Amino acid sequence: MNGVEQTLIGGVSGGTAILLPAFGELIGQRAGIINLGAEGAMLAGALGAYAVTQSTGSLWLGIPAGAGAGALVGLAHAWLTVRRGGDQIASGLLLWFLALGGTSVFGTTYVGTTITPLSNLSIPGLSSIPWIGAILFDQDILVYLGYILVVVIWFVFYRTRVGLTLRATGERPEVVAAAGGKPQVVQIIAVVLGAGIGGLGGAQLSIGYVGNWFNNMTSGYGFVAVAVVLFGAWRPIRVMAGAYLFGVVLAAASVLQAHGVSVNQYLLDAMPYLVTLVVLAIFARRGRSDTPEALTRSLSRSG
Amino acid sequence: MPKKPYRRLSGVLTIALVGVLAAACSSTAKSSSSGGASAAAAGGGSTDSSLTGTVGFIMVGSRSDYGYNEAVYSASQQLAKDDPKVKVITADNIPENNAVTQTMQSMVDNGAKVIFATSYGYFSYAQRFAAAHPSVVIVHQGGYVAGSFTPNFGTYWGQAFEPVSLGGMAAGGTTKTNKLGFVYAFPISQTIANIDAFELGALSVNPAAQTFLVNTSNWCDPLKQKEAASALLSQGVDVLTQHQDCQSTVIQAAKAAGKYVVGYHYDAQSLDPSGWLTGSSWDWTPIYEAITKAGLGGSFAGSKYNANWVGSFADNDNPLTLASFGSSVPSSLRSKITAEEAALKKPGASVFTGPIQCQDGSTLVAAGQTMTYAQINSISCLVKGVVGTLPKS
Repeated sequence: MNGVEQTLIGGVSGGTAILLPAFGELIGQRAGIINLGAEGAMLAGALGAYAVTQSTGSLWLGIPAGAGAGALVGLAHAWLTVRRGGDQIASGLLLWFLALGGTSVFGTTYVGTTITPLSNLSIPGLSSIPWIGAILFDQDILVYLGYILVVVIWFVFYRTRVGLTLRATGERPEVVAAAGGKPQVVQIIAVVLGAGIGGLGGAQLSIGYVGNWFNNMTSGYGFVAVAVVLFGAWRPIRVMAGAYLFGVVLAAASVLQAHGVSVNQYLLDAMPYLVTLVVLAIFARRGRSDTPEALTRSLSRSG
Repeated sequence: MPKKPYRRLSGVLTIALVGVLAAACSSTAKSSSSGGASAAAAGGGSTDSSLTGTVGFIMVGSRSDYGYNEAVYSASQQLAKDDPKVKVITADNIPENNAVTQTMQSMVDNGAKVIFATSYGYFSYAQRFAAAHPSVVIVHQGGYVAGSFTPNFGTYWGQAFEPVSLGGMAAGGTTKTNKLGFVYAFPISQTIANIDAFELGALSVNPAAQTFLVNTSNWCDPLKQKEAASALLSQGVDVLTQHQDCQSTVIQAAKAAGKYVVGYHYDAQSLDPSGWLTGSSWDWTPIYEAITKAGLGGSFAGSKYNANWVGSFADNDNPLTLASFGSSVPSSLRSKITAEEAALKKPGASVFTGPIQCQDGSTLVAAGQTMTYAQINSISCLVKGVVGTLPKS
């Protein structure tokens, strides 16, 4: 296996831990709710998935547990912001803090243990395509979930009535309400679903990729996911490209060093952030901006 | 009509309080006194040598991190068990800022006479606090004072690179590809000495062994550790080691690939019995008990602890010890390693005995010379055989 191939394999696998919370964030923001608690949802998902896997021995139970734990953080955020009209930024940050403290306390018993992470599922046929097969089609199931989600999200956003209502809620919730819709319900569902998908990002990290739990193991990647959504101009395909790009550059930093290539490591550390930022910034403002108009406003209960 | 924003804040503030509380839960000072002894009993006039008083321990990470901080915590608990009249108070998750000063103050308010500040970044806070509180003994774990000491301050550490070099022997003697991988966090002097010692140990049994470096710029970032381990394994490395605060990710990566691992901080053989070669694990109890005895007994000032105390194999008091051997280490290699351990325990022996060359071929240690601890603590070059560069600041 050469270095380029290893970079791309690691980039897709690690990038998925950022892609899933980014997709979750995208759904919530399209409905007009910013959730900086994405990092908290990831942490809750990482611990939930690991704890259930560790105690039941089943990775297949761990995956829904990760989604459920993330969704709980989303539920709290939805209640605070949509139902109580709390500030979105403050609520998200507080929930992150709460999740950080909570998972550190409850995760204590799992520190220092390991599990065998999700095994790779080679997709027959596709995985034998030279080069691309090993990179894209010999990965774990949560990586494939990322492929499926990009199609589903794109289709729902742009080709269905549900997607139209969701996007309208993010633009002009008053219009949705006037048309007989329930913007608050749309927002609550979007935020809870989004945080659940964010929890799966945490699960990809703990039970999909590394096979253990450690306090604050998400190291800020949930915030990277939020940034990827912003710089990806709220479009599913760009968000996916941004998340994978971040993963690939992160993996490249390790691969270059492992091959003894002499590069400035502080630059290498900054590269994933710099490259993702620059590339997405270049593309972000091409054409119409998709920034949901109602993003920074919170709805009153009466709509 | 929208409600007043202030009222909405109430919900948010409630959550804020819960959040602060949850965070505090993981950092609240936990007290573990035994036998009901208290600081007030200090003047109780017992004539035997048993210690009485309160001792505090401050940790930067979680006391159950299965690594550096847990080693501190478990040694503090062993101290409480061994000296039942000593009241041990601990505080974990204390960041390296003014919080450590506040924690030291609250420990003093609770009667602490000796405080162990156990994180590298506590150094300047501990030193200043000691100067302002002459009646309390403050010791710092891992620091090094170039100048003079106040009578109530000291640092202590161990020659960590000694067991690390033995781990390097295990790695060098086991590798089939002659490629070893070292995942590290930051290019601090302790880490550089560890990297060099690891390669020197490997070279002593396998002149073709090379150590490839990958840094993560974080003491524990599992995603980066996994990328680092995968990158090293994919390019042919078959033994991984590390200087990180959490080691599970790298061990799991080696296990999944059917390769080998040399551990650090604690003995984790149980995680991967066949891939585990050996490692280094902390045992702080003897030095904690010795400092506690000196501090509470009034003999600290002017003692060897009122200085830069460094445990070593030669003095038979190195707090970092060689961990157990895994089943993959053949007995011939084991006996070589234990023979070297015995040799390092002889006076004058050193891991850093010349001739040793830097990567660029310049001389680090001339033939027949050995480096002093102070010199080792300021090594800035990687030895020949290490592949990689250190970040320049």
